[in-house]
Amino acid sequence: MASATPRAALLVLADGRFPAGGHAHSGGAEAAVGAGRITGASTLEDFCRGRLHTTGQVSSALAAAAALGADPVLLDEAADARTPSPALRSAARRLGRQLMRAARGTWPSAELDALAGRFPKGAHQPVVLGLTARAAGLGPADAAYCAAYESVSGPATATVRLLGLDPFDATRVLARLAPELDRVADRAVEAARRVADEGSDALPAASAPLLETDAEAHATWPVRLFAS
Amino acid sequence: MHLDHAHGGPGAVSADARRPDGTRRALRIGLGGPVGSGKTATVAALCRALRDEVSLAVVTNDIYTREDAEFLLREAVLPPERITAVETGACPHTAIRDDISANLEAVEDLEDEVGPLDLVLVESGGDNLTATFSRGLVDAQIFVIDVAGGDDIPRKGGPGVTTADLLVVNKTDLAPYVGSDLGRMAADAEAQRAPLPVVFQSLRSEEGVAGVAGWVRERLAAWTA
Repeated sequence: MASATPRAALLVLADGRFPAGGHAHSGGAEAAVGAGRITGASTLEDFCRGRLHTTGQVSSALAAAAALGADPVLLDEAADARTPSPALRSAARRLGRQLMRAARGTWPSAELDALAGRFPKGAHQPVVLGLTARAAGLGPADAAYCAAYESVSGPATATVRLLGLDPFDATRVLARLAPELDRVADRAVEAARRVADEGSDALPAASAPLLETDAEAHATWPVRLFAS
Repeated sequence: MHLDHAHGGPGAVSADARRPDGTRRALRIGLGGPVGSGKTATVAALCRALRDEVSLAVVTNDIYTREDAEFLLREAVLPPERITAVETGACPHTAIRDDISANLEAVEDLEDEVGPLDLVLVESGGDNLTATFSRGLVDAQIFVIDVAGGDDIPRKGGPGVTTADLLVVNKTDLAPYVGSDLGRMAADAEAQRAPLPVVFQSLRSEEGVAGVAGWVRERLAAWTA
């Protein structure tokens, strides 16, 4: 009999080795390193805090809403509206497509099939993430946590590769952000629960202009380690 | 259940031999090996040797540039729409083994956009002796080493040398200049791999890529049989 509060599936989905394409993306860290904004553990923490409360907050709420069963097509539109940079939209859809493949292989579901059919080149990754959590029997808070954590774990591990940063320092940055991550996930679930009555306008729309403009510049670099 | 499911929905999930429309997908052959061993040159020579016989395309996995894809474009071995580059986030082995999603996507997009294809060559970024392809990504793999990298590499073994479906020892024309003993390399390779095949190759010789091309043709015949 299934547990009332499934937890192990969350570990599978949140595992950094879940094969969904994230390893090739830095979450803007490569562009920030290039611009001299991330130079070590302290500036990595600043960067991650900024990303958590902007991109991370939005992604977390989108994922929670999808996990609650909100219309993923409307959520995908909402994600587009909250992502001005074409380079970031394209990265989010590529990651969504790759997550979709891993999700359908791991937790087959008619809802995932339907979304894959509607967006053959990929829906926004947080929307797919929320629907994946739903297919895995997880709840909105689980989806919110996964999205929020990914918004900072990606840049942190990328910075280890980009700067040769001590991996213990990078992990300590993530641990220090944990209490804020809890609050971001709580707020995300709260907003997601309002989507049923208020529509996608209930979702947060926090944005970080430097992440958007840096992503556009990064997409034109001739030599780079990461796809975004 | 899993495979049935994949056939039913839009888009393939795994390494299914059939595409969602029921047609047989292209044979996928991976080429891996250390930096500078001649993977891209071998891919270019294979394209020239096979392009008039079969419909083929190439996926390159550059580590941080598009050098390999651009080399193939510059050499004009295939029309540009048949060459796709995948970015690997500083981890070429991850992209061909642990998390193959970007490569699977590239292969499927090529089949959608320039297909039907008989053969897709997936070239790994230059890596180390442990790099091998996932069986979820390729049907067969070629590991390319060269005589200038040291004639002890076959003896050292490692997953690439010992398990690849074909081992290519490249640049045999350089052996006298770098003091490599081809006889020793052949004996060590056989000890590590028998009965898996080994091809010694110099792309500057008249025979060129003929040995590897012949092996690919056999694989294609088996795939479509």
